[in-house]
Amino acid sequence: MGNGIKFSEILVTGDPLILASQIAILLTSIAIVAGLTYFNKWSWLWREWLTTVDHKKIGIMYIIAGVVMFFRGGMDGLMMRAQTSQPGLEILSSQHYNEVFTAHGVIMILFMAMPLLIGLMNVIIPLQIGARDVAFPQLNALSFWLFFSGAMLFNIAFVIGGAPDAGWTSYFPLAGKEFTPNVGNNYYAISLQIAGIGTLMSGINFIVTILKMRTKGMTLMRMPMFTWTSFIASIIIVAAFPIFTVALGYMALDRIFGTHIFTISGGGEPMHWANLFWLWGHPEVYIVALPAFGIFSEIIATHSRKNLYGYSSMVISIVGIAILSMLVWVHHFYTMGSGPVVNSVFSITTMLIAVPTGMKIFNWLFTMRKGRIQMTNAMLWSLAFIPTFTIGGVTGVMLAMAAADYQYHNTMFLVAHFHYVLIPGVVFAVFAALYYWWPKMFGFTLNEKIGRWHFWLFNIGFNMTFMPMFFLGLKGMSRRMFTYQEGLGWEPLLLVSFAGSLILAAGFAAFCYNIYWSFRYASRDVSNDPWDGRTLEWATASPVQHYNFAKLPEVTGIDAYWKMKKEGTTGLIKEEIEPVHMPSNSGIPFFMGVVFTIVGLFLVFEWLIPALIASFLIFVGLIMRSFDYDDGYYVGVDEVTKTEQSWRGDL
Amino acid sequence: MAGTVDKSLPMEYQTQQSQMNILGFWVFLGAEIVLFATLFATYFVLQDRTVGGPTAQDMFVLRDVLILTFILLTSSFTCGLAIHEMRRNNENGVLLWLAVTMVLGMAFIGMEVFEFIHYVDMGATMQTSAFLSSLYALLGTHGLHVTLGVGWMLAIILQVYRRGLTHVTTRKIFIVSLYWHFLDVVWIFIFTFVYIQGMVM
Ligand code: HEM
Ligand SMILES: [Cu+2]
Repeated sequence: MGNGIKFSEILVTGDPLILASQIAILLTSIAIVAGLTYFNKWSWLWREWLTTVDHKKIGIMYIIAGVVMFFRGGMDGLMMRAQTSQPGLEILSSQHYNEVFTAHGVIMILFMAMPLLIGLMNVIIPLQIGARDVAFPQLNALSFWLFFSGAMLFNIAFVIGGAPDAGWTSYFPLAGKEFTPNVGNNYYAISLQIAGIGTLMSGINFIVTILKMRTKGMTLMRMPMFTWTSFIASIIIVAAFPIFTVALGYMALDRIFGTHIFTISGGGEPMHWANLFWLWGHPEVYIVALPAFGIFSEIIATHSRKNLYGYSSMVISIVGIAILSMLVWVHHFYTMGSGPVVNSVFSITTMLIAVPTGMKIFNWLFTMRKGRIQMTNAMLWSLAFIPTFTIGGVTGVMLAMAAADYQYHNTMFLVAHFHYVLIPGVVFAVFAALYYWWPKMFGFTLNEKIGRWHFWLFNIGFNMTFMPMFFLGLKGMSRRMFTYQEGLGWEPLLLVSFAGSLILAAGFAAFCYNIYWSFRYASRDVSNDPWDGRTLEWATASPVQHYNFAKLPEVTGIDAYWKMKKEGTTGLIKEEIEPVHMPSNSGIPFFMGVVFTIVGLFLVFEWLIPALIASFLIFVGLIMRSFDYDDGYYVGVDEVTKTEQSWRGDL
Repeated sequence: MAGTVDKSLPMEYQTQQSQMNILGFWVFLGAEIVLFATLFATYFVLQDRTVGGPTAQDMFVLRDVLILTFILLTSSFTCGLAIHEMRRNNENGVLLWLAVTMVLGMAFIGMEVFEFIHYVDMGATMQTSAFLSSLYALLGTHGLHVTLGVGWMLAIILQVYRRGLTHVTTRKIFIVSLYWHFLDVVWIFIFTFVYIQGMVM
């Protein structure tokens, strides 16, 4: 059993880059605390945000966290590109490089893509199905705080104790105690566990919300496509995350308690980690990709002023993708000796996924056909997605051929492939969604002109960064190499890639500037429906009042709001307004987040007795929740009427 | 939404919030099935990796396992009786049978702890072999679930005692009973595929 880490080993010392980050973190924390105190904002922060159970605010907190994590993960990406921009550089040591690519991978997938999409799901799903909240508002807040707790734990690793360094896949035996004895990979096991529990509960919450809280007339086959894709993604979450929970639990047991699930010395099986990891890891890719597909469906339909082409085939294809996603995991380790029969089977299932995905691409194209297309930034991102994602898909089919994969396996070709899938398939979608739904969240649109800068810089930079990697991979450069010798013919390509990543970063900076600019200067005079939308979220005010709908809308067909507008039934009758029931705020989820962070930290450092003592606080939280009979409150008719009058004009 | 009550349904289903909680719990049980399936799969992969340590035949005692099984199956039955009394709106009956279920649960945990101590005494710890690591992980997760269920039941007994049978408490009783039956089903699998198979093969 581990006897814990001593106090003197806690702070990471000796690296100037890390020292600079430590100082920066310290100064930022002081600045935040001082600012909140100076402007007297503590109670506002507590009341409006930390204890909130409003799905829209929770969604916005997820999105803020996701954008910040994108910055962190992007910096890691830049550091890697800078390090390999020329042969023989020593900007990062090999150990530091290992830590950076590990952090980059984990953060991008779990702390950037996931929260951004779950954040959007939170904001939009209840609105699209005409509901007042999610099924379990307090659980929703708890999900957020657990995600946040996991993210914070993971992020402080590089200054306190030492960062994980075995890659985002953390294969055994490398990730075991024998080869990485420091606490870094404990952080991996514990922080992902905590965040994962939060994600699982989000999945359950969305499933019940969508099944049970749809407004009158909103049958399943009338749901907007974003809701559909999020629904299926939630089902995948419930099916896949428990596998990861168990795998991470084993990892923690092996590392902290000396068991032998994955460690060879006691008869354990390292390949079992690879199987469990990818049984979760591959579906995970679709958990983030499917809602992104939903976003494109919404935006393309709205901006073409047509309904989505082949709605039911879209639904069938996402269900197909969801099922297939669980059946392909071995394609991540064809070279690890599964044998030709197994490899062939998984080769075929993998290629099959291209069928429903291709179907979707054609549906989007047909939706645009003969449409009156409106070129906003949201639409531009959706358009750019199609060709870039297709490159990712085609190279994916190349990788799916088991025999050929012996050539590309773990080369930069693979790195190029998955960035060509994930960046258009997730990041472009998130950008598109933010431009599209920003007015719904904040009551103003982002600046379209700055948005163009963002778009072009990001797209040019993206292709310049990742296109060379295909060729580098074919020239034999393996992934995760921290440096290389001169004369391999890689230098020009790597230099282009580095330059590209700088342009990419400039694109991201333009996006941040756009947010800043729009907050300060953008007109607050946008209607509730700036894009002439088709779905119910546009039927209510922008930004949305906390009770969402004064009277729950009634749906008579697909594209409900579009139909209402055509039939002239968007109005509200004053006499029909009733008191609205709302859930009360609660401090318990935040408290639980804090407790989980503390327990997590003790476990990371293998201080088992303190961890045990602190974990009793988890039960305190659970008991507090169980004995809490707060039934929420009602928003009175007068208040609803007044709020509605202020944005509708007359009533 | 919070106001509508459908009197034609059993009490635990009458409000929309209750229906959602129960459905949500079913979905959660779906996740639990995946969780235990993964634990079982790992056990099957590793069950022969004893690396010279104690094997299943060395360790398992049929009599003890039968007693454990008997206790847990009985507790599932008494839990069912609690639901039966709840449907008859008999608060004292509910309290009685929940308390009996809880006591049986505690007996189960107590016996399992003794079993583990016995194993450790014969040199079969989690660290001995991959077989034992996976065995303890599986049994331990189940045992932890039962322990949590006992604490949860206690909380609910207190709430029923204080508030009687309301929409909220009946829903809570119903959900904890689902949980309890689920743990019983998992145990049947453990009984069959871990103990019986381990002793026979
Ligand atoms: C912001 C621009 C980005 C840059 C410059 C960048 C750069 C890189 C580089 C150079 C690697 C390879 C590390 C190596 O093999 O040595 C890498 C790996 C990776 N990237 Fe990115 N990336 C970016 C964005 C993203 C995004 C948006 C995602 C996911 C949504 C992502 C996910 C990953 C993953 C999962 C890995 C594998 C990490 C590992 O090898 O363990 N990246 N990235
Ligand atoms: Cu995969």
